[in-house]
Amino acid sequence: MSTVILLLLTGLGLGGLYFLIASGLSLIWGLMRVLNFAHGALFTIAAYVAWSATAPLQNANPLWAWIAGLVIAVVAGGLAALLLEVFLIRPLYARPIGQILVTVGVALAAVALIEGIYGSDPKQMVLPTWMSASTVIFGEPVPNTRLLLIAVALLVLGVLLFFLRRTRYGLIVRAGVENRAMVSALGINVERAFTLVFTIGGMAAGLAGFLSGTYFGYIDPARGTSMLIFAFIVVVIGGLGSVTGSAVAAAVVAIVQQFLNFYAAPGIGDFSVVILLAATLLLRPRSGEPA
Amino acid sequence: MNPVARIGLLIAAIALVAAAPWVGIPLPPLFSEALNAPGSLNLLALCFVFGALALSYDIIFGFAGLLSFGHALYFATGVYVGAIALTSWHLGLPQAIAVTLVISIILPLVVGAVCLRVRDIQFAMVTLAFAQAGSILVMQNPFGLTGGEEGLALGANVLPSFLTGVENTRNLYWIALALLVAVCAIGWWSVNSSPGRVWQAIRENERRVEVIGLNPYLYKLGAFVLSSFLASAAGFVYLLIEGSASPDVTTASFTLVLLVMVVLGGVGTLWGAVLGGMVYEYLDFRLVVLSNATGVQSLPAFLRIPLSEPLFILGVLFIILVLFVPGGLAGALRRLNPAFLASSGSH
Repeated sequence: MSTVILLLLTGLGLGGLYFLIASGLSLIWGLMRVLNFAHGALFTIAAYVAWSATAPLQNANPLWAWIAGLVIAVVAGGLAALLLEVFLIRPLYARPIGQILVTVGVALAAVALIEGIYGSDPKQMVLPTWMSASTVIFGEPVPNTRLLLIAVALLVLGVLLFFLRRTRYGLIVRAGVENRAMVSALGINVERAFTLVFTIGGMAAGLAGFLSGTYFGYIDPARGTSMLIFAFIVVVIGGLGSVTGSAVAAAVVAIVQQFLNFYAAPGIGDFSVVILLAATLLLRPRSGEPA
Repeated sequence: MNPVARIGLLIAAIALVAAAPWVGIPLPPLFSEALNAPGSLNLLALCFVFGALALSYDIIFGFAGLLSFGHALYFATGVYVGAIALTSWHLGLPQAIAVTLVISIILPLVVGAVCLRVRDIQFAMVTLAFAQAGSILVMQNPFGLTGGEEGLALGANVLPSFLTGVENTRNLYWIALALLVAVCAIGWWSVNSSPGRVWQAIRENERRVEVIGLNPYLYKLGAFVLSSFLASAAGFVYLLIEGSASPDVTTASFTLVLLVMVVLGGVGTLWGAVLGGMVYEYLDFRLVVLSNATGVQSLPAFLRIPLSEPLFILGVLFIILVLFVPGGLAGALRRLNPAFLASSGSH
């Protein structure tokens, strides 16, 4: 029983990471029809910028280093996404395949550059004491990082839902996901909403990059790409452009993955969720399109 | 130029390339050794394999218009099935080739039949999912067959003696050249055949093909199986050259690299794709050597580090091409010399 609780909470923590990546990916895909392969690169860039900016402080004052790192990662992720959208995606609005290809190029080049600067070995993160400790839940010590991830993911879910449902730009984004042409026809500048959504997605990816360091205890250049594939799975299963759908799918995918990796064999969980993606698309061929 | 003269010219060109192992002249800075040194021949052989692989991807992506993110799976099929047949099943080379060929047709037939039930981005995602499943499978090392992260080395006495040893690099060079010529011939023939014209029609407007009374599904499946099969053949030759199988060729990043190769050369032109594949592999290999040159090493860090990462240079080059030169290298050459298009007679 206690193993089940531990797996469940660990799975939800991982699901939190998936959600942070998938929510931005889903909004970008839903609104702009761009399959953003560079989303994993945003994750990695933000994690490394935050790590190297706070490295001198990490041993002296881990808590403040952690808080500063979190803020820096969010800003770096958002800034990188903003630059990517304005300089590389925007010139290609008329060429959807070109947009995908540019994000592929950015993904490859950015990860290669990070490897060139920092090497491909993992970089350890020094965590504040509370995050290295565990909380006993139903008699089982659960690492606090898992609980933190769940809390942050829920907070981001709340903020995103507030933005989408209660603000004017959120309204434009939701309308754009439904019918982009109609929104433009009403005289609203949809392209500004593109830039906004891309930046928000980048901030969430940056947050995920930094928190992956907290969750795993280290960061490495390849993590972004492997997380991106699971985030794609979450987006497709959760439904395009749906933030709530992404949240539910992230939890389901991560929990299925954790349980099968533990009870069946390591790797079976990863294999199963990949097959789950294929099955979802084949049984619901329209799951990549707006409802 | 009339067709007979063109074919004659082509045969002469192939014969010239095939004669490379007898040419002992050094070609700096193109190669660090003489042209017939094993290192140079090995690099050229790898370029031929990647030229063939890029062409196979161009058939499905450039001609049939299907954006597959799972092409690595079929290259890896050639590499891994070949390696397993040779090492674990202890088959001879001809039997191993036969087994690989059969699996290289059955696997894409089954996966393609399933994936092609959806289209566009969904198709890209399903193919990505299957390729990722293959990658996870290889990494898990089922029954000790694939060697997991370590990969699989062919080891001594597995291959016939004419394929092993440094002095026999020239045989591998000729095999790779033969592969490239065969894949080019099959590719050229297939895209100019009547199904090949239907592929291009599907790329332009699938519904219209349906209205004419043809079944796009079967044509797309044909393109999928042919292109995957050619990729597996390239994979098998790659295995012979490298003498080992590495899980790197199963990853999603490897498919992305293939996409880069084809776009680099020019989507929808056969010779462009071949050029893209060869140039990419050449640069990937040579840029590492060049980055170790003293000139680069003495540069300040902000210049030295990016220049030492081939994938960074290639990625940036790729982005520039996508933004400013939509036709890739083939398109750029064409614009430089419009007469070249007429005389080369490609698409």
